[in-house]
Amino acid sequence: MSRTEQQGRRVFLKKTASAAAVAIAPGVMLHALPAAAAPRAEAVSGEIRWGMLIDANKCADGCNDCVTACDKENGLDLVDMPEGADEAHWERQRPRWIRQVKLKDNLSGKITNLPMMCQHCEKPPCVDVCPTGASFRRADGIVMVDRHICIGCRYCMMACPYKARSFIHAEVAEKLTHTPRGKGCVESCNLCVHRLDNGESTTACQDACKHQAIVFGDLNDPESAVSRALKKYPSVQIRADLKLNTGIRYSNV
Amino acid sequence: MKKIHFSEWGIDSPRYWGMLAVLGSIVAIAGGAVYYMEHNGHWVTGMTNQVVWGIPHVFAIFLIVAASGALNIASIGTAFGKKVYKPLGRLSALLAIALLAGGLAVLVLDLGQPGRLLVAMTHYNFKSIFAWNIYLYTGFFAIVAVYIWFMMDRRMKAWYKPIGIFAFVWRLLLTTGTGSIFGFLVARQGYDAAILAPMFVIMSFAYGLAVYLLVLMFVFKADGRELGAALLKRLKNLLGVFVAAVLYFTLVYHLANLYGTENHAYEAFILKDGGIYTLLFWGGWVLAGCLIPLGIIYHPGLGNTRGGIIAAATLVILGGFATVYVIVIGGQAFPMAMFPGKTIIASGFFDGVNGQPMLYAPSLPEFLLGLGGVALVLLLTFIGIRMLRFLPATLSDEVADPHHAKP
Repeated sequence: MSRTEQQGRRVFLKKTASAAAVAIAPGVMLHALPAAAAPRAEAVSGEIRWGMLIDANKCADGCNDCVTACDKENGLDLVDMPEGADEAHWERQRPRWIRQVKLKDNLSGKITNLPMMCQHCEKPPCVDVCPTGASFRRADGIVMVDRHICIGCRYCMMACPYKARSFIHAEVAEKLTHTPRGKGCVESCNLCVHRLDNGESTTACQDACKHQAIVFGDLNDPESAVSRALKKYPSVQIRADLKLNTGIRYSNV
Repeated sequence: MKKIHFSEWGIDSPRYWGMLAVLGSIVAIAGGAVYYMEHNGHWVTGMTNQVVWGIPHVFAIFLIVAASGALNIASIGTAFGKKVYKPLGRLSALLAIALLAGGLAVLVLDLGQPGRLLVAMTHYNFKSIFAWNIYLYTGFFAIVAVYIWFMMDRRMKAWYKPIGIFAFVWRLLLTTGTGSIFGFLVARQGYDAAILAPMFVIMSFAYGLAVYLLVLMFVFKADGRELGAALLKRLKNLLGVFVAAVLYFTLVYHLANLYGTENHAYEAFILKDGGIYTLLFWGGWVLAGCLIPLGIIYHPGLGNTRGGIIAAATLVILGGFATVYVIVIGGQAFPMAMFPGKTIIASGFFDGVNGQPMLYAPSLPEFLLGLGGVALVLLLTFIGIRMLRFLPATLSDEVADPHHAKP
């Protein structure tokens, strides 16, 4: 083997090694980082239970801010109506995580407005019925869907007493990194879990409510705003008869 | 009672292949419908976030319920030792497997992610009745397959009765599981009732026998086998008892609901003001599915004619579809009672504003998928009886009926 050839090989190996180092180093760095930024690498614990108190008296008639904010935060506004779909029919098929509901008392005629969403039950019927365990409850009380193992059977939608879940009826072209979604899976409100896991402590709907009808926080912390509000004002669970111990509570309903 | 010989279905080849071609085409069209629905997503169907289970589930549940019922004939012969039913057992078991396969195919192909079937086989939540059903259904295939083997293999005679009893118990569990899919749902007014499980069991008796009767009469007539009048009379009387039992369970279910005020709105919806659901309840479930068949079966003249028996069995099946439709779709169409004492007057998610029911208009592809399931049942059955000896050479009364009086 000639000297020039040997040199050529040496140069080639050097170049390859340095190229590899450039390519791999960021990955190594990324792996090293989470040790410092601990929370995302640790499993959530049951020390916290996320929940809400919604004051229906403060919820204003005709206001839809929480719904708009949720749509934007979770990329629901990116779910386009498929070409050729009937608009009225599509309205019944498009996903919704939170919705405005207006009630009239049958006896007194009193009007109440409130937002409805997943009530984050301690014993969620959707989790009971899910055949694969895709519908699950985190230790911190958030009920959500593992989209990797959801087979799209919709049994959870049959079981939810709050009609809180949506099935993705069409292909979704554009989605947010923190809220991926795919055709054929079920989803619902997850209390903006991406925010909480990143150390934030509010939900999009709460931030958007200019009437301060929504108080969000840790139900297990007696000093949290939500716990103090719950202690101060009478509140109810929707369908309390089912004894699901919901994480979302309402006052003045 | 003479010794029973079994033989393959002996119809002419062109007729046999012609039938397979027709049924195969229906299955292929259903395959196209599945491709269309899965490719586009469920927005092309009538299903929505309010009515999440549609026509495919009506077909699937009917076929699955009928599957366990079709096995009854074999069970009566084996588990209950009725000799006259023994020669009928092989076809009964084959039909049970075919019906379950057809029903499950429809159910699985309607999933949002049918490709993830493997996930359903590897991830289990044992609190879910659906997860239990996966075991009950696959177990049913295995047990009934062994049952057929023991029926056909003389060497296994000692095990014939034990497997028959086991299969009978399993099929009761299976239909209990299917009924409990609805019975265990606390959320909706029309479900959340323990009676749904035994009601599904009795529905399976009726639908399974009706399907069995029609298939038996057709395949026997097609290749000129004799089917004794006394045997047929036994079967149609049995159908009468099962249909009467369905009516009884229907009565108890609704009476129980009518007693408690909390269910009055739901009962008014089904019995009185529910439009298509009310029509299907009275016209389909009660009249076509129960009262008219009972009238035919016990009519001294009509009940003894083959045309009468065919009409009665057909009506039981049509009424059965109406029944499952009212249960599955009607139960979802009725708005959930989230706020007792209040009326929802506006909602951003169709919560039954002013008590209005949820809308559902079935689409063509959904029907095609369901019909494909039915065609698959017949396809599997016809192939089965053509390939193996499922059919007794004759079921004339002097051969099949031990109590037959010689003229």
